[in-house]
Amino acid sequence: MWEYTDKVKEHFLNPRNVGEVENPDGAATVGSLACGDALKLTFKLDENGRIKDARFKTFGCASAIASASALTEMIKGKTVEEAAKITNQDIANYLGGLPEEKMHCSVMGREALEAAIAHYRGEPAPTEEGQIICECFGVTEEEIARVVKENNLRTIEEVTNYTKAGGGCGNCHEAIQEIIDRVRSQGKVVTRPKLSNIQKIKMIEETIDREIRPALQQDGGDLELIDVVGNRVLVATRGACASCAASHLTLKQVVEAKLRELVWPELEVEEVTS
Amino acid sequence: MKTIYLDNNATTRVAPEVLEAMLPYLQDYYGNPSSMHTFGGQVGRRVRQAREQVAKIIGAQPEEIIFTSCGTESDNTAIRSALATNPGKRHLVTTRVEHPAVHSLAARLAQEGYRLTELPVDSEGRLNLEQYARSLTPDTAIVSMMWANNETGVIFPVEEAATLAHNRGILFHTDAVQAVGKIPIDMRANCIDMLSLSGHKLHAPKGVGALYLRKGTRFSPFLIGGHQEKGRRGGTENVPSIIALGLACDLAAQKLTTENTVVKELRDKLENALLDRVPRCRVNGDRVQRLPNTSNISFEFVEGEAILLRLDEYGICASSGSACTSGSLQPSHVLRAMGVPFTMAHGSIRFSLSIYNTEEEIDFVSDTLPGIIEDLRALSPYWEAGDALCARGEG
Ligand code: FES
Repeated sequence: MWEYTDKVKEHFLNPRNVGEVENPDGAATVGSLACGDALKLTFKLDENGRIKDARFKTFGCASAIASASALTEMIKGKTVEEAAKITNQDIANYLGGLPEEKMHCSVMGREALEAAIAHYRGEPAPTEEGQIICECFGVTEEEIARVVKENNLRTIEEVTNYTKAGGGCGNCHEAIQEIIDRVRSQGKVVTRPKLSNIQKIKMIEETIDREIRPALQQDGGDLELIDVVGNRVLVATRGACASCAASHLTLKQVVEAKLRELVWPELEVEEVTS
Repeated sequence: MKTIYLDNNATTRVAPEVLEAMLPYLQDYYGNPSSMHTFGGQVGRRVRQAREQVAKIIGAQPEEIIFTSCGTESDNTAIRSALATNPGKRHLVTTRVEHPAVHSLAARLAQEGYRLTELPVDSEGRLNLEQYARSLTPDTAIVSMMWANNETGVIFPVEEAATLAHNRGILFHTDAVQAVGKIPIDMRANCIDMLSLSGHKLHAPKGVGALYLRKGTRFSPFLIGGHQEKGRRGGTENVPSIIALGLACDLAAQKLTTENTVVKELRDKLENALLDRVPRCRVNGDRVQRLPNTSNISFEFVEGEAILLRLDEYGICASSGSACTSGSLQPSHVLRAMGVPFTMAHGSIRFSLSIYNTEEEIDFVSDTLPGIIEDLRALSPYWEAGDALCARGEG
C-alpha cells in the first residue's frame, strides 16, 4: 500500500471542484484511458483576468485525483501568468509530498494546466509537440527533458516515476538515458541549493556588509538589516540615505539586485522605518 | 471498524486451531528434529505427522513431500531441478498468466539461453490444449502450468496437460498454490511430477510451503546443505510452521465441501449482486471452470486503486489488477494476456473469500460498492462519453 499523506487522502476522499466549468476560457484533457490516468481541466476568468472558477475530472488513482483537486485549489484567484508558474513540485508540495512512484500524477497536473492555458491563449498544447520517445506511454523527448531539468532527475527509474516513460516494455530506456545525459551535461540543470532560513539570513547579512554598506558609507549613508520574513528582506536606511529622496530607488535597484544575484533569486527588499 | 477480509488469494488468516497447535513449538518444544536426544526426537515425530497430513490432502505419499519456505521456493526448486536433470534439453513451456514465481523465473531462464514458450489464453483466460500439445518438442525439458489462476481463479486442465507431456517424456510441474484446499486434488489419479503449495494461502502462517515430488522423479536440490528432507532441501526445518501447515491441510480437507458450497454461494451472491446493481461491469475469466472463492470484476471507466482505497474506508479489503497497484505502471499481465480492454483492465477488483466470511459481510459489500463506483464515475472524464457510446450500442 502506498504511503499517502493525510492531505492526499483528504483530497482523494473529498475532492474539491469536481466537474466542468460552463463555457470555459481554458480547457484541456491530458492522459488517456490506456495509460491508466487522465485529467480534464477547465477554468474561467473574471473581469480582472483572474481565475474565478476551475474544475476537474480525473480518471486515475488516489494521488491523481488528489493532485487534480489540489491543482484547482491552487490556481483559483491567480492570474493566468501567475498560474503558469506552478510546477509539478508545487503541486506535490501542496499535498505534503507524493510517493516517488506517484510523482507522475503531479506532472500530469502541471501538463493539464499548461495545456489549458495554451488553449486559452490560442496556442498549441506544449506537450503535444516533439518526437515520441516512449511508445508505451506516448511521452515526448521534450517532456522528458523538461521533467529531468525541472526536477533534477538522474536515473531512468526517476524519469519513469515522474513521466511513466520507460515503465512498460523498456525499449525506450536507452533513449531516456541519452536525454538524461544530454540535459545534465548541458549544465542547464539549475541546482539551486536549498537554503535553510539561518543560512539565508547569514548570507544576506554578509552580502549587505560586504557589497552594499561600504558604498553607501562613502556617501555618508548606511543600511541596517532589520528582519527577513520568507523572501522579504526588511531593511532600514540611516544617515544621508534616510533623507535622500532617491533612496527608495537605490534600495530597490542596488540592494535587491545584489541580493538576488548572490543569495536567492526571489528575494524582495522592503524599506521599513525604525 | 470491523475488517471485512476479501483478499484471501493474497494471504489468509491463521486458523485459531493452527495457531494453538504451533505455539508449543515456539515455546517449550524447541528441539531440533535432527538431534539424537528424546527432546529433539519428539519434535521430529510431529514433523513426520505434518508430512502425512500434507500428503493426504493431495493424495500423495509422505515421502513425496519436501517442506520449503514458500510457494516461490517450491516453484524455483521444481523448474530448476527439471532443467538440471535434463541437461540436454533447452526448452520450457509455461503460460502467459503464471504467478511471478514462475513468470519471472521463466523470463530469467530465457535470458540464460533457454527457449521459452509462453502459451496464450483466450478472453476467458482459458488455454487451448491443441495449441499446447503442438508446443511440446523433443527438446522440451519441463512444462510449468498453474492449477488455478490467482487473479481470476480460472482452473487449467493440468491433469490432461500432464498426460500429454508424459506421453512425450516431458516433466510436468504445476503451481497449485491457489488450488490446494479449494478444489479436490488427488495425485494418484494423474501423472503430474511436481506440485507447489503454500501455507499462508490455506490458513497456515507465512514462510512455509511444500513441494510434491513424485516418487522416482530425478531431482536436483535448490538449497544445498545438510541432510534435512532426505538431502533434498538443506536448512533446519521451520518446525512450528511445518506443524501448522500439516494441521491447516487437515482442516482444509475437512472444509473442502464447505468451500465448494457455502463459500461458493457467498461468492456467487456477491458477484451477482454487483453485476446487477452496477452498470457496465463484467466478470473477468471463465465463470464455470473457476475456484469457488474468487471473483474478478472490472468496473469500466474507474481506476482500481481508487476503488480499493474507498473500500478501505469501510474496512473492506480486496485487491486490484490495475496499473497503480501492480507497481509496474501497466495493468496486470493476466488481464492483458486475456485481452481485457484498457477501459476495463484498470478498474478490475478481485474479491477472494474464505470460510471465515459471513453473509452479512457480503451484503455489506454489495450495498457499499455500487455507491463508491458511482462516486468515482462522477469524477471520471470518460464516464459520460462511455455511457453515451453504450446507449448507442457501441460499447
Ligand atoms: S517504449 Fe517506453 S516503456 Fe515501452
